[in-house]
Amino acid sequence: MPVVLRCHKGIGPAVVGTALVAHDNFSARYDLDRVKGVFSRPGHKLAGESYVDRILVLDNAKGGVATAWMLHEMRARTIVPRALVFNRVNPILAQGAAFGDVALVERFADGDVTRLIRTGDELRVDPAAGLVEILSRDR
Amino acid sequence: MRLNDEERAMLAGELGEVRRWALAHQVAVGEFFDAADFVPVSQAHVMADTESLGEAGVRFLEQLAAAPQAERRVRVPTITDPRGIDFAVYRRLGQSERMAALERRAIDALRAFGALMTDTCINYQTIMAPLRGEHLAYGDTGVVIYSNSVLGARSNFEGGPSALAAGLTARAPRYGYHLDERRRATRRFRLSGPPRDLAEWGAVGGIVGEACGSYWEVPLVEGVETIPGSDALKHFGTAAASFGSVALFHMPRITAEDAVVAGPSAEAVQIGRAEIDAFLARYAAPGDKLDLVVFGAPQLSLFEVEAVAQALDGRRIHADTTLLVTTSPEIKHAADRMGLTQRVEAAGGVVAQGICFYQSYAREMAEANGWTRLMTNSAKLVNIIGGYGYRPTLASLGRCVDSAVAGRVL
Repeated sequence: MPVVLRCHKGIGPAVVGTALVAHDNFSARYDLDRVKGVFSRPGHKLAGESYVDRILVLDNAKGGVATAWMLHEMRARTIVPRALVFNRVNPILAQGAAFGDVALVERFADGDVTRLIRTGDELRVDPAAGLVEILSRDR
Repeated sequence: MRLNDEERAMLAGELGEVRRWALAHQVAVGEFFDAADFVPVSQAHVMADTESLGEAGVRFLEQLAAAPQAERRVRVPTITDPRGIDFAVYRRLGQSERMAALERRAIDALRAFGALMTDTCINYQTIMAPLRGEHLAYGDTGVVIYSNSVLGARSNFEGGPSALAAGLTARAPRYGYHLDERRRATRRFRLSGPPRDLAEWGAVGGIVGEACGSYWEVPLVEGVETIPGSDALKHFGTAAASFGSVALFHMPRITAEDAVVAGPSAEAVQIGRAEIDAFLARYAAPGDKLDLVVFGAPQLSLFEVEAVAQALDGRRIHADTTLLVTTSPEIKHAADRMGLTQRVEAAGGVVAQGICFYQSYAREMAEANGWTRLMTNSAKLVNIIGGYGYRPTLASLGRCVDSAVAGRVL
């Protein structure tokens, strides 16, 4: 029986994928090498990790406005996260998800989502329903 | 969201495909943030540098711009954030013809909407400062936080697509900092001594921003006993926005609104000499070979350009170090007319207009020029530029210039 995590209604399509989790923040401009598809900011907890096709589970959106364009640009090159699952986001990440048609959810009822989900968990993210299912987990 | 007749007509495509896209995008964002309805805005400010847009973003703009003129023109004054290329200096900076070509296409598309190509992130100093209570769709975090806080205007962070949409529809979803209840202070800080220069004002902004850590936190900063000046609050605000995604702060007797504190008033976090020095020390690299000094992020005011010129008078920048000043077209024009540009260039520096360093293909410039160690008095820039492969150092304008002359970090 999958674990179901309830959240605010989100943006974008329902998707299935593998989680990449850190209690850290996120900006496409500040944190990513968008050519190589990896986290490039030296101090980021996911530095060196590939974000391509992963469901990013992070704490908060930070920084500037570029992410609003960049998710669309990354999607066009298919070097893009499959979904964004956050505790809280700023308007830029929501605008970027809406413009780039990338799944985004936030505001979870059961607490800190970066502690509820582990790296490697298989997830189904359903923004319209406002839920994330943990489909499977390696023990 | 509640929509009025005109908004329903836009959403149904009765005013053309461009405005249908714009309103649909705004509704998606507004519903995500539980906006009840739309609020009319008086200006839009579009961030659309081509590094962020890429080929896909430029093509998107071109497709919208191909619509009939009546369907594609913005309905309120719509201005632009810094661009990626200054055509007068891009070859000197190692930027490519491909970048310049993409930039020309983006500019053509933005002009087709009727955007005014101001190419600036200091429009509140140079174009038209908004008034208290004025609702806006501003698209640069530094512009938003300064306008909301110092001037009492009302805007959320509106990224490029959303700001363009707001220009096309003349409205924005009413959530966040359009609402009275969101503008109350949620965190308290107390300065125990005045920052000594703009870099230190940025450091204080960085400390406050990191502590807040969220767009939805509103810091109240007490203990500011003397009027800091516009450039100081510009650096403070841009750093708070960069480090913490903060969009509004209050400083009693200085910023526009009475600082109402939401909920029980917590004890203030103290920020003094030790905290500022510790922040600067994170980026210290004494003795390192210095590749590049950047004054920008945000673009320089006329007074800041003059300060750079004064610091460089009679000196020569080291042959292995590049010194770059970025400012708005308005200030560049004034600096040319007043001889400031010539003074910076006589020392070997470059004054670029309409760009801001990190929005200008910083990674590709580093590769083309072999740049690694960067020095700046912008706390915002040191926060951003590490992800582009640079090793940044934060210091006062004077120490940045002394280091540029020496060719190493002093």
